[in-house]
Amino acid sequence: MSDVSIIGAGLSAFGRQPGVSGREMAVSAIRSALADAQLQWGDVQVAFGGSDGAGLADTLVADLGLTGIPFTNVKNGCATGGSALVSAVNAIRSGQAQIALAVGFDKHPRGAFDPRAEDWGLDAGYGDAGLMVTTQFFAIKIARYMRRHGITDQTLARVAAKAYRNGVLNPNAWRREAISEHDILTADMVNDPLTRYMFCSPGEGGAAIIVASEDVARSTGLRPVQLLSVATKTRRFGSFEVFSPAVQGTGEPTSVSSDAAAEAFQTAGVRPDEIGVAQLQDTESGAEIMHLAECGFCEHGEQEELIASGATEIGGRIPVNTDGGCIANGEPIGASGLRQVHEIVTQLRGEAGDRQVAGAPKLGFTHVYGAPGISACTVLGV
Amino acid sequence: MTDVQPPVLEGSRCGVCDNVAFPRSRGCQRCGAEAMQVIDLGRRGTVWGFTVQRFAPKSPPYVPPADGFVPFAVGYVELPEGVKVEAVLDCDDVADLEDEAVVELVATTPVPRFTTTRVFQEV
Ligand SMILES: [Zn+2]
Repeated sequence: MSDVSIIGAGLSAFGRQPGVSGREMAVSAIRSALADAQLQWGDVQVAFGGSDGAGLADTLVADLGLTGIPFTNVKNGCATGGSALVSAVNAIRSGQAQIALAVGFDKHPRGAFDPRAEDWGLDAGYGDAGLMVTTQFFAIKIARYMRRHGITDQTLARVAAKAYRNGVLNPNAWRREAISEHDILTADMVNDPLTRYMFCSPGEGGAAIIVASEDVARSTGLRPVQLLSVATKTRRFGSFEVFSPAVQGTGEPTSVSSDAAAEAFQTAGVRPDEIGVAQLQDTESGAEIMHLAECGFCEHGEQEELIASGATEIGGRIPVNTDGGCIANGEPIGASGLRQVHEIVTQLRGEAGDRQVAGAPKLGFTHVYGAPGISACTVLGV
Repeated sequence: MTDVQPPVLEGSRCGVCDNVAFPRSRGCQRCGAEAMQVIDLGRRGTVWGFTVQRFAPKSPPYVPPADGFVPFAVGYVELPEGVKVEAVLDCDDVADLEDEAVVELVATTPVPRFTTTRVFQEV
């Protein structure tokens, strides 16, 4: 049962765009989504959106038109897009609007993110000591996971190589050159076991999704995709997150991704093995490996064989990150969650061109994860 | 120098559910209670997870050693109280940190610092 559908999806270009602001990318994505839905800006009745560091979404109306609609800013880290989408969906469900917009965008400077210890509630000493480095967290988590579950460096390289290969097939990707598993494995080590080519880079881009009530979605000429569920969660007690001075509790850490995915599947009435195409947060290749299990697509440890068998390739049983994911598209924090939704919408419509999953998939899944322990998931269907 | 006290990390224990936090907490992450008892944490633990910082982090905020950056290990140490504390990990060889290696606290600032017992006993 669904009462909300996606009727428009749009992206700006991704990757470095000198002279183009994050706000301009957001406007470009919105115009693309409007054209996709055969709508004008004046048709949008309520909007939600944000960026991590590229400005306030509600100021975009200066370029889109001053129509007087409610426009709420969202700032929720990697879940910014997901949170905006939840708000847009709720606006439709409540009857506040028939047509709602969610938009996310960002334009990060070159190099690593530059967090301040004090902003994360930590003593300044963590910065002095060189511990305010996000990549350390991902490396500690995957290194421990690999030891416990028998995952090898080769599997890390396979995931990254797939991302670059899929990027070659995606005209809008930032990284569009294949990189061999050998070159990925022998690249500079950043934090063991993760090399430079296994990570995504802070990037640039905008993404917009237009959702609508069933009445509107039934209009002729549209290619609606049903939003079967959308779930956002924050971490529960005992989780292991970036910039944690300690992990509390005993036993294995809890996973906010597992919580959000389980709720999304339950609400949609869909099982993970029914999903035909999935987008999983791949901040680095280890994250995609762990998220496969955390989201319910396999048991912990099965990834070694699953990935070697080609199951997560475009031609495999459960294609993952068919657009090249964060590794090939970069990570504009505010935009990534909605880029993932855009890719699933494109795949379910059968419009993904060279990277189209064969056999007309009917169900898709998206997952984002980010600091300080947030996750947003959707189940989409046609 | 023999009267120098060994370093010790201060944490807190929840007065309601006994959950142990580091650093000392104003409220319990597990049960939400406010009543916290300040406690000294055990000085010896086992390596729960770790990686190696291969490149000099961005300065500021990073303050490299006077004789320049050298790669260092960073990870989490599981203490007897159950809490896993993030720390810089001193060792001769990162392989010494494998297999839940036993490590001992040697400094508390700017962040907790533990060292493998083998190195510690040579000091
Ligand atoms: Zn408690």
